[in-house]
Amino acid sequence: MTPIVSYKNITKAYGELEVLKEIDFDIYPGEKVALIGPSGSGKTTLARLLMTLEEPNSGTIEVEGKGLWHEEINGKLVKANGKHLREMRKSIGMVFQHFYLFPHMTVLKNVMEAPVTVLGLSKKKARLQAEEMLEKVGLGDKLDVYPAQLSGGQKQRVAIARALVMKPNIMLFDEPTSALDPELVGEVLEVIKEIALESDMTMLLITHEMDFAKEIADRVAFFNEGTIAEQGTPEEIFNHPKTPRLQTFLSRFNP
Amino acid sequence: MWNWDYAFSILPQILAALKITVSATFFGFLLALLLGLILSILIRADIKAVSLAVKGIVQFIRNTPLLVQLYFIFYVFPQFGITFKPFTAGILGLGIHYSTYLSEVFRSGIEAVPAGQWEVVKALNFSQPQAWTKIILPQVIPPIIPVIGNYLITMFKETPLLSAITLVEILQTAKIIGAGSFRYLEGFTIVGVVFFLLSYSSSQLIKKLEVRLGKSN
Ligand SMILES: Nc1ncnc2c1ncn2[C@@H]1O[C@H](COP(=O)(O)OP(=O)(O)O)[C@@H](O)[C@H]1O
Ligand SMILES: [Mg+2]
Repeated sequence: MTPIVSYKNITKAYGELEVLKEIDFDIYPGEKVALIGPSGSGKTTLARLLMTLEEPNSGTIEVEGKGLWHEEINGKLVKANGKHLREMRKSIGMVFQHFYLFPHMTVLKNVMEAPVTVLGLSKKKARLQAEEMLEKVGLGDKLDVYPAQLSGGQKQRVAIARALVMKPNIMLFDEPTSALDPELVGEVLEVIKEIALESDMTMLLITHEMDFAKEIADRVAFFNEGTIAEQGTPEEIFNHPKTPRLQTFLSRFNP
Repeated sequence: MWNWDYAFSILPQILAALKITVSATFFGFLLALLLGLILSILIRADIKAVSLAVKGIVQFIRNTPLLVQLYFIFYVFPQFGITFKPFTAGILGLGIHYSTYLSEVFRSGIEAVPAGQWEVVKALNFSQPQAWTKIILPQVIPPIIPVIGNYLITMFKETPLLSAITLVEILQTAKIIGAGSFRYLEGFTIVGVVFFLLSYSSSQLIKKLEVRLGKSN
């Protein structure tokens, strides 16, 4: 099987600080991959490169067989232009730690806006899809409410619906529950789990919820200091960690 | 000293000239808003040269008197073959001058939008124009409406400057009436009162708006 996402020898630095070091990483169609690891190890950066929010210093990323930051023109690799990036972004969606809902729009408008403006759907069609998606995340009764009136867990579920309604092939979740009060984490994980189990979308999940990762991931990758220190099935990673680094990291979650 | 009959007799003439003052303010401000927004977006441009050039122009315009700019537009430009009617020159002068202040207002408003909004807009694949019109500007504008309103009032009170480029606005009208009758007190008083009434009521309106906007946030 050919990967749907392929990081090839990716290096990313902020000034002197090398955040990702020559990363090679493949994700296969439909795969649910969990990224775990200490904070500052480069997990977010890996996702942001794929969402085209950051540009790698070197290496290439391929999405669905095409260069993300580069395109091949007459056999030569050139830097992708805005048009190419927009074309590539159609396949990718992202859910952020801090939701980033549009504060000036109701819940329904938050979810409808991109389908109407970006995809050119009719208002009627977009509305139907948005309502359906909000129903799915359990917010069918909050359509006309503004984000400020929602709890963190509800906000994140709106953000998930907003990303899903664009029908990306690849969904990135960057610590979707890290900004939530503990009692609200469950409802968001439940929604993500449901999506993961029922859809053939490719999913990259950055999380500190180990039980959750164990439950939904096909593969778990452990990040450490800008490299993938260990990866394998949830069984391998959580029950038989090989590297001392991973053992130490996991011991913090099972005191 | 004060003559009510005389005051009432010249009132219609002065109020008629108010139309000129108000429409110069209206169109001048419209231009200032539009230019101000364009300037603030250009200042954010990724191309350093563009950003620096625009910043320089803004500083230059803001730090020279409006009257000098009006003289340039009305008296100097014709030497280069560009001629404007007093009304048009006035609108251009007001619009360009105030656009530099408004660009600063827009800039601070744009910077107040959290960086996350730009990221999510990209993640949802909005184009730049779509992002500006649908997501960013609707968040920028409500909070800055009070400041914009205050600039509108300030500009309104500066319109008598346009008499210097021969526009017969409200003050110039009072002056002409005074010159004919040798009575200046009533005319200039009426002008002052008219400016006060319009400015004060507008500022109260802005205050109310400010409270309403503050509540909805
Ligand atoms: N825009 C940035 N500028 C400078 N340093 C950054 C920036 N973004 C991330 N970093 C640094 O890169 C490192 C990796 O960050 P990140 O990818 O967010 O890690 P993680 O998501 O695993 O916590 C951290 O040390 C962080 O401080
Ligand atoms: Mg992170």
